[in-house]
Amino acid sequence: MLKTTGVPDKALILTRFPDDVILGKPKAITECYEPIPCNPCETSCPFEAITVGEDINTPPKVDFDKCTGCGICVYNCPGLAIIVAQLKNDKAYFKIPYEFIPMPEVGETVHAINRAGEIIGEAKIEKVTLRKKQDKTALIDVSTNTELIHEFVTIRRMR
Amino acid sequence: MKHVDLLIIGGGPSGLAAAKMAAESGVSSLIIERDTKVGGQLVKQTHMFFGSEKQYAKTRGINIAEILINDCKEHDDKISYMTETTVVGLYPDYVVTVMDRNHKYSKIKANTILVATGASEKVLAFENNDLPGIYGAGAVQTLMNVHGVLPGQDVVMVGSGNIGLIVSYQLMQAGVNVKRVIEAASVIGGYKVHASKLKRLGVEITTNMTVKSAQGNGALESIVVQKLDDDWQFIPGTEEEISVDALCISVGLSPLSNLLSMVGCEMKYVSALGGNVPVIDHSHETTVPNIFVAGDVCGVEEASSAIVEGYYVGLIIGNRLGKTHPHYERLIQDFTQQLDNLRSGPFGEKTRSGLAQLRGEQHA
Amino acid sequence: MRIKEHPILDFKETKKLHFMYNGKQVYGFEGDTIASALHALGIKTLRHSIELKRPRGFYCAIGNCASCNMIVDGTPNVRTCITPLKEGMQVETQKDKGVYNETR
Ligand SMILES: Cc1cc2nc3c(=O)[nH]c(=O)nc-3n(C[C@H](O)[C@H](O)[C@H](O)COP(=O)(O)OP(=O)(O)OC[C@H]3O[C@@H](n4cnc5c(N)ncnc54)[C@H](O)[C@@H]3O)c2cc1C
Ligand code: SF4
Ligand code: SF4
Ligand code: FES
Repeated sequence: MLKTTGVPDKALILTRFPDDVILGKPKAITECYEPIPCNPCETSCPFEAITVGEDINTPPKVDFDKCTGCGICVYNCPGLAIIVAQLKNDKAYFKIPYEFIPMPEVGETVHAINRAGEIIGEAKIEKVTLRKKQDKTALIDVSTNTELIHEFVTIRRMR
Repeated sequence: MKHVDLLIIGGGPSGLAAAKMAAESGVSSLIIERDTKVGGQLVKQTHMFFGSEKQYAKTRGINIAEILINDCKEHDDKISYMTETTVVGLYPDYVVTVMDRNHKYSKIKANTILVATGASEKVLAFENNDLPGIYGAGAVQTLMNVHGVLPGQDVVMVGSGNIGLIVSYQLMQAGVNVKRVIEAASVIGGYKVHASKLKRLGVEITTNMTVKSAQGNGALESIVVQKLDDDWQFIPGTEEEISVDALCISVGLSPLSNLLSMVGCEMKYVSALGGNVPVIDHSHETTVPNIFVAGDVCGVEEASSAIVEGYYVGLIIGNRLGKTHPHYERLIQDFTQQLDNLRSGPFGEKTRSGLAQLRGEQHA
Repeated sequence: MRIKEHPILDFKETKKLHFMYNGKQVYGFEGDTIASALHALGIKTLRHSIELKRPRGFYCAIGNCASCNMIVDGTPNVRTCITPLKEGMQVETQKDKGVYNETR
C-alpha cells in the first residue's frame, strides 16, 4: 500500500507505536519506513532518543525511555514524518507539523484527518507554536478522541 | 581575450561549492551563469532538505543557496561572476564563447574548466503536449516560488518521483488545487515520506496511469488520462477526462551535457544517470585534460551530492593548478566518504550502478 | 494570479514596471521575468511554433528550451523566462523564426 498509494498499512503503523501505558507520556512516532539518506531527527533530538546510526540510510528508531515528547524532532524532520502522541484524561493528544496558511487558532475545532487524507472526526487546537528557530514549520498541539490514537495524523480547517 | 585560471560554467550548488574550495586553495575563478542570479535549482526549493548536517539537511533549499552564495562572498577577491550570460560554445583550445544579456558574443580562455551546467527536465510525448499551460514541474516551481505567480487553479502532476511529489506539495502550499498525481509505473517513484505528506492533504496518487492527450483552445483546458498495465500498455476503456488549467510534467531530468560533447569529451549513454554523460575518472576529469565536471551534468542526483561533488572537484582543480588546499588529504577523504554515504541506500542504487557502468567497473 | 500570502515565502510588493505587450500597455513588478509578468496577467501564449503556428507557452523556465521566445525591443528569440522585465520594454508575440533587423 505505502508503495502504491502513499498510505502505510495499519500493521506497519503499529510498529512505530509503543503500548498505551507508555503512551501515557508523550512519545515521538516516526513514520519513516523506507531507507533514505537522512538523519536530522537523530541530530536534532536533545535527549538522544532517536537513532539512525552510522549509515544515514537506516530508518530511525525511537528509544521511548529517553523520549520526552518535546516535539523538537517534529519540526526538524524534512519529511514531516514525525508526530508526538499521548493518551491522557480520556483524550488523545498530538503534536503535529504544519506548513499551511492561515494557521489554525487555539480553541478552534478542526477536522481530524487520517493517513489517507479522509475526515475521521473532530479535533481541537490546544496550542500553536511557531518560533523563529522552527523556520516556518509550525508545531501544533491538538486533542481528539482516544479511539483515533492510531488513525489521526493531521488536521484540516473547516471553512 | 579575457584569460582566467578556472572557468566555471553554471552557478548552481556544484559550481558554487567548487568555487569556494578552489578559492580556499588559492585559485581564482569566474562563474558564468545564464540566469539572473546564481544558486541553480536551489533558489526555488522551499522545502527542507534530506541528508546529514554536513550537507545542510533540514535547511530549506532557498536558504542553502544563500549559505553557498555567502560562502563565496567571503572570497570576493578570488571569485567573480557573469550572470545573464550563456556559454554557447566550448572548444578544445580551452576557449568558450559566451552570449551576454545584450545578445553580444565574446570569448574567454581558461587554464581549467569546470562544467557544472546541471540538468533539464524531460518532455513527455502525448497529443497536444505543446499547449500553453503544460509545464515542466521545475518551471512551475520557479514561477511560483521565485516570482510568486500561480501556474493555474487546478493542476495534475505527471510523475511521482521526488520532484513531482515535492512540487505538488508546494502547489498546495501556494493554494493551488492538485487534483491528482499520476505515475506510469506500478509504484511511487519518490520517497514515501513525501507521498504520505501529500496523501494526508487529500491528494490522490494513482499508479499505472499516464496522460494520453491534452485539449484546449489556445491554452490547456482538460486532459485525458488512462490506466496502463504492467507492460506500460494502455488498458482500453479506462480513459478519464480531468479538467485542469495547468499540467506539470515531472518525468525525470537529463544532464545538460552538450557543451561536453562539443569539446570532444568521450560520452556514454547511461540511463541510470539520466542520459548522455561524460566519461570521467575518480577526480571528475573528463577525457579532455583539464576539463572537469560536477553535479547533475555528470549524473542526475540530488543537491546534497551536487554540493559535495563541487567541493571535491574544487579541491582537485586547486591541486592540479599547483595550489593545494592546506587540508587537502583530510577533505578529499571526508567528501569521498560523504558521497559514499549518501549513495549507499536503496535510492542510491541507481547512481551506484550508473557510475559503475560509466567507469566500466563490475557492479556488485 | 499572484501569490499574496505564503506559509514559507515572503513576497514583498516591489516597484510596478510598465511595458508594452503587442502594442498594449500592461504592467508587472520588479523581480519579474517577462514571462512571469505575462503569466500573472493571464497571458500564456508567448509565441507560435515555426512550422505549424501552434501557440506555445513556457516549458522549462531556466532558459533551456526556447519555448518562451518572444520579440523584445525588436530583437527576436529572447528567452523571456530568464530575461528580467524592465520599464518600457516592447514585448511582442513571435510568430516565425525571427528576423534580425540589423547586424550587431
Ligand atoms: C524541481 C526540483 C526539485 C528538486 N528537489 C530536490 C530535493 O528535494 N533535494 C535534493 O537534494 N535535490 C533536489 N533537486 C535536485 C537538485 O536541485 C539538483 O540535483 C542540483 O541543483 C544539481 O546541482 P547542479 O549545480 O549540478 O545544477 P543546477 O542546480 O541545475 O545548476 C546549474 C546551473 O548552470 C546554469 N547553466 C546551465 N547551462 C548553462 C550555460 N550553457 N551557460 C551558463 N550557465 C548555464 C543553470 O542556469 C544553472 O543555474 C531538485 C531538482 C529540481 C529540478
Ligand atoms: S519528541 Fe523530543 S525527545 Fe522525543 S524523539 Fe523527538 S526530539 Fe527527541
Ligand atoms: S528526519 Fe524525518 S525523514 Fe529524515 S530520517 Fe528522520 S524521520 Fe525520516
Ligand atoms: S521556457 Fe524554456 S527557455 Fe524559456
